[in-house]
Amino acid sequence: MADMKRNMTCIVCPMGCTLEVELAEGNVTSVTGNTCPRGKDYAVSECTNPRRTVTTTVACQDGSFVPVKTSAPIPKGEMFNLVKELSKITISLPIKAGDVIIKDIYGADVVAAKSMG
Amino acid sequence: MTDLVIIGGGPAGMSAAVAAYEKGIKDILILERDDELGGILNQCIHNGFGLHRFKEELTGPEYAGRYADKVKELGIPYKLGTMVLDITPDKVITATNREEGIFTIEAKAVILAMGCRERSKGALNIPGSRPAGIYSAGTAQKLVNIKGFMPGKEVVILGSGDIGLIMARRMTLEGAKVHAVCELMPYSGGLARNIEQCLNDFDIPLLLSHTVVKVHGKDRVEGVTIAKVDERRRPVEGTEQFIKCDTLLLSVGLIPENELTQNAGINLNRITSGAVVDQDRQTDIEGVFACGNVLHVHDLVDFVSEEAAIAGESAARYILGSASEEATDIEVTTDGKIRYSVPQRITAKKDIKLYFRVADVYRNITIKAEADGKVILSRKKAKVAPGEMETIVIKKDVLQDIRQINLSIGEE
Repeated sequence: MADMKRNMTCIVCPMGCTLEVELAEGNVTSVTGNTCPRGKDYAVSECTNPRRTVTTTVACQDGSFVPVKTSAPIPKGEMFNLVKELSKITISLPIKAGDVIIKDIYGADVVAAKSMG
Repeated sequence: MTDLVIIGGGPAGMSAAVAAYEKGIKDILILERDDELGGILNQCIHNGFGLHRFKEELTGPEYAGRYADKVKELGIPYKLGTMVLDITPDKVITATNREEGIFTIEAKAVILAMGCRERSKGALNIPGSRPAGIYSAGTAQKLVNIKGFMPGKEVVILGSGDIGLIMARRMTLEGAKVHAVCELMPYSGGLARNIEQCLNDFDIPLLLSHTVVKVHGKDRVEGVTIAKVDERRRPVEGTEQFIKCDTLLLSVGLIPENELTQNAGINLNRITSGAVVDQDRQTDIEGVFACGNVLHVHDLVDFVSEEAAIAGESAARYILGSASEEATDIEVTTDGKIRYSVPQRITAKKDIKLYFRVADVYRNITIKAEADGKVILSRKKAKVAPGEMETIVIKKDVLQDIRQINLSIGEE
């Protein structure tokens, strides 16, 4: 793979820094434009193994919906699969914010984001 | 007589309540019209909240939960399902709920924290009949995230505010096809990170300088015609394009919800549509404070909490009659490139953080604060945009013997 430059918007915080990333043979050789170290980590991850935290809802037995999130970012390509998996399940209440709904799926846990019931 | 009544139990109301409590006011009552505390954050299930306030990334319900837990832990009383109907200038509040009917409460101090509402289709003047399938982005958000059903399958979004961007991603993840986000302005009103993670991640086109010129369909939306607009934001003939869709979401701005404020006779600012306030967030009625999106629309809830804490602490000081800083009377004005500042006046000599919003995207600029014509502060910025609130801090020592502070922007 040849050397190349890539521009991206950092999504780590609301500042949204514009990052310029230099790559050589698929490896990140330099990151500029970031205001904090997390920007650099994001750029490296985005170029090698892009990941996203996913938030969605899960149905509860009483007909309500509990908001959930992944405990860590999962591979970007698995976002739709995860939402699909979660649309198949129904949980019973009560549930507390932080309770694990599914353990270890695509490298993260799915946890409740709200106490309900 | 209640010491402090807070209208609204969203992020602003809860933060104000906690701050007032911590400054010694125990006799507080929060009035919330929904059936739980938390306000609109409950339907904002995406993450990205709390990086300033809690130094971690939370979802909306988690952020609301932190404050709701605190309110409950402190034992601050609140009434849910309670709608405030009127506030008088002498702080008599009329409210209603199912258990008590219509009742009145006299308060020593009032904090207005009613939030904002979305600009509706009526305000946009789009021709067409009134088919089903047109929603504000926030309504769609409530339907999908709280009620658990999808308002449509083929979607066009007008307006690139953050809620519109967030809903583009949300509806896509739930199986809808979002054909485009049209933005009237040549830039997006949303955060850059949301354009990246909500649109670019899903290959949803953002059409800048575009608007919806016609909605098709009689019973249900059958499509929209979009067109490019010129620099005066008028549709350009010949650029019309039909997009087949069953749903149009509107994310075209938020308006502070100030009917109660107006009825109380409180002076509003024409630009913010919120009350005119001093550094304590006190309105022109003594003992009535305002904070959060009812005062001016914020882009980050972290800043809402921060501002509401100022209002809460100030209300506590007012109720306790604590000695304040040395008085002054300084008007804060802005030039054309800065649309507004909050507060609009300074009545006490202390360090003052001014929050302001610019009118357009400007690059390589200097933000200048002048006191009676003399520059007291200047700060360089690489880029400012209307969607991102800016702040500067004016130090107490420059507030001696001045009448006016003007904020302006110099381009280089």
